[in-house]
Amino acid sequence: MAEPESSTAAAGGSRLRNAFGGVLCAFTLLLIGVLAFSIRLFSVIKYESVIHEFDPYFNFRVTQFLSKNGIYEFWNWFDDRTWYPLGRVIGGTVYPGLTLTAGTIWWLLNSLNIPLSVETVCVFTAPIFSANASWATYLLTKEAKGTGAGLMAAAILAMVPSYISRSVAGSYDNEAVAIFALIFTFYLYVKTLNTGSLFYATLNALSYFYMVCSWGGYTFIINLIPIHVLLCIVTGRYSSRLYIAYAPLVILGTLLAALVPVVGFNAVMTSEHFASFLVFIILHVVALVYYIKGLLTPRLFKVAMTLVITVGLTYASKYIPIIASVSEHQPPTWPSYFMDINVLAFLIPAGIISCFLPLSDASSFVVLYLVTAVYFSGVMVRLMLVLAPAACILSGIALSEAFDVLTRSVKYQLSKLFDDSPAASGDSSAESSSASTTSTNSAKNETRSEKTEAPKEKPSKKNRKKEKEVAESVPVKPKKEKKLLVLPMEASVLGILLLIVLGGFYVVHCVWAAAEAYSAPSIVLTSRSRDGLHVFDDFREAYAWLSHNTDVDDKVASWWDYGYQTTAMANRTVIVDNNTWNNTHIATVGTAMSSPEKAAWEIFNSLDVKYVLVVFGGLVGYPSDDINKFLWMVRIGGGVFPHIKEPDYLRDGNYRVDAQGTPTMLNCLMYKLCYYRFVETDGKGFDRVRGYEIGKKHFKLTHFEEVFTTHHWMVRIYKLKPQKNRVRGKLKKLKSGSKASSTNAAGRKKNPWQ
Amino acid sequence: MPKATSDAKLLIQSLGKAYAATPTNLKIIDLYVVFAVATALIQVVYMGIVGSFPFNSFLSGVLSCIGTAVLAVCLRIQVNKDNKEFKDLPPERAFADFVLCNLVLHLVIMNFLG
Repeated sequence: MAEPESSTAAAGGSRLRNAFGGVLCAFTLLLIGVLAFSIRLFSVIKYESVIHEFDPYFNFRVTQFLSKNGIYEFWNWFDDRTWYPLGRVIGGTVYPGLTLTAGTIWWLLNSLNIPLSVETVCVFTAPIFSANASWATYLLTKEAKGTGAGLMAAAILAMVPSYISRSVAGSYDNEAVAIFALIFTFYLYVKTLNTGSLFYATLNALSYFYMVCSWGGYTFIINLIPIHVLLCIVTGRYSSRLYIAYAPLVILGTLLAALVPVVGFNAVMTSEHFASFLVFIILHVVALVYYIKGLLTPRLFKVAMTLVITVGLTYASKYIPIIASVSEHQPPTWPSYFMDINVLAFLIPAGIISCFLPLSDASSFVVLYLVTAVYFSGVMVRLMLVLAPAACILSGIALSEAFDVLTRSVKYQLSKLFDDSPAASGDSSAESSSASTTSTNSAKNETRSEKTEAPKEKPSKKNRKKEKEVAESVPVKPKKEKKLLVLPMEASVLGILLLIVLGGFYVVHCVWAAAEAYSAPSIVLTSRSRDGLHVFDDFREAYAWLSHNTDVDDKVASWWDYGYQTTAMANRTVIVDNNTWNNTHIATVGTAMSSPEKAAWEIFNSLDVKYVLVVFGGLVGYPSDDINKFLWMVRIGGGVFPHIKEPDYLRDGNYRVDAQGTPTMLNCLMYKLCYYRFVETDGKGFDRVRGYEIGKKHFKLTHFEEVFTTHHWMVRIYKLKPQKNRVRGKLKKLKSGSKASSTNAAGRKKNPWQ
Repeated sequence: MPKATSDAKLLIQSLGKAYAATPTNLKIIDLYVVFAVATALIQVVYMGIVGSFPFNSFLSGVLSCIGTAVLAVCLRIQVNKDNKEFKDLPPERAFADFVLCNLVLHLVIMNFLG
């Protein structure tokens, strides 16, 4: 924690000390990168190197395809293994940034003769990019507030829980690289704004292109930067650097965004992008006005101002519906703020204040970023991820300023102490006078900031008390005047200690969050009980069974949650998957799951399905299983096929599968597939998730047969029975015969994997 | 009324006088910008008459013109001697940046043209 401070102090000194500071700074950055990388490895250490959850499996599969077939095949990829029989155009409907990045890393490593598997590269992409993101944070904060604040912000970002939740090793998702791209784009924008160089403007457009490639959240950038430009114009901070930073970005950025297939013409056709064009026009008007004003004195200035104001007003009225259209999703709760950004929430105000002290274009940008991010995260919990970097930057600034003030005053007091002892009498008068000036100065600051009286006479006692108060409320301190404020020794030492304790709390919380809260891969489950750790690896067991025991072209039906995993791990064709682009198709599967056996068999047979996969947690108490998701299947199915009615599945408005469950519920396919032979496990059929005995215990399947059930019964796979040959007149007999044979089969066949 | 017209006349005259004082290289850049904007306008008018069917062609045509104009304006800002902000930026460097930016722009446009 103290390292950044020493580097800033060193940077201020002579050239040797400058060089030393540079080396120390680089070394610290390296350590921060290592920290950011290694704090995300808990999931690999505690579990193993696997891809997590659902969406990452799809990204993994796309990356595999890319590394096997090359980039051209990838753009034209029509995937016939999902959404059977419709298929899906993958190349035109994904954000390709993540897969291209991982594919490039893999290709680079392989051409260097480092034979890593695609999966390993995918698992470690997110930690690598979070190290990059913390370096980008360093650069951005350095542009706004100097090296010390930059290092602090980088260190904080390296372990902010909100970002860890999306970027642990194995969570191979778009956000992992997108946050880096976001921060880096902002850095390049601010850099262009500070230098006015077209070179950086070009880089900025390219970085924006990378962001568009990797995440739909790029609209945040293309709205935030125009707002900042507008803010600069309205507050009279227009400069030609602003023009160079913004105008090329809009043109190049729009063209580059239109190159990405999934965005395409949306880059000029949809309302998210209109704000940038409008501000582009305003900027030109303002630039022209400034130019003419430069040519010609005050005459036109009034006309220009009225023009700008009217255009600005129309902009504001146009802009509001854009914000309103975003607010569809769930707002977060206060505990989630505390969980995800922890003590940063208290440091942010101090950071804002210190940003305002000398308000530059860069620091106003940082403040604006924070304000909009807070707003958006309040609207939608997913956007907490966008807030995290802003919170880190501002708390980095706050902490760094606080440390700056405290260490400077300690240094000053120490030097005074050392000066005191050798030359006691000679310098005493000068020294005391200087001390008195500093104390009056600090008194002035105090009075100015806190608006109390007692300005001149005997400030020392009152001052000391007040300063201690200030030291208690540490984060508020950096807003004091920088050059003149000197705190008493004990107060500043106390302040430093308190800040270190605060940082310590933050670090402890982050490590806990990384290790316990956000590392579970959800494909391998563990549970701790009295007799030790239990590992439930049923998902991979089931997918491996599918890939080894079924035909390559067999179709597997399951609820859409498991679509990505089935295609990626079992390599079998699925009917629906997590992309959920076709509601009717999902409703068909939902209808089949909530129909009685015969109707379901007909639906599945019409879709060419060979196997049906259900996830069942009743034996081990895994709560997110298909029975708990079942009402959604009913609702979605009923939304398209009205003969499925939700009240049929509810007893007095309650959803239950025990003896009081409705007959429709107890006869639907999902119930039967989940609880088939369940009573054989303990004799009573006690469901541990729902906490009661099931309603219908002994029943036979007529149109499906069980082919595989995993070790803990979490995944059960059934096969559709083939159609019988029909002989006219013998229909009835045959039917009964088939029933008999099925009972025979079920009776004979014990699950060998139990 | 006559007062307003005389005002406007005065304004235009003084504008022209002030503009005449700008160096020749800046005037050349201005001409370039005007030409690019005019080309963009012609394309927009053409689109209005004929229709925007190959939309990417229209888009790349217009944005190419506007982009060129914007970059030229940036160059003009940077090489302008009166501009205090870019005193220590040599015009060669500014021109190199301009060329690089144009290169990127037109590579993208060639890609997008379809």
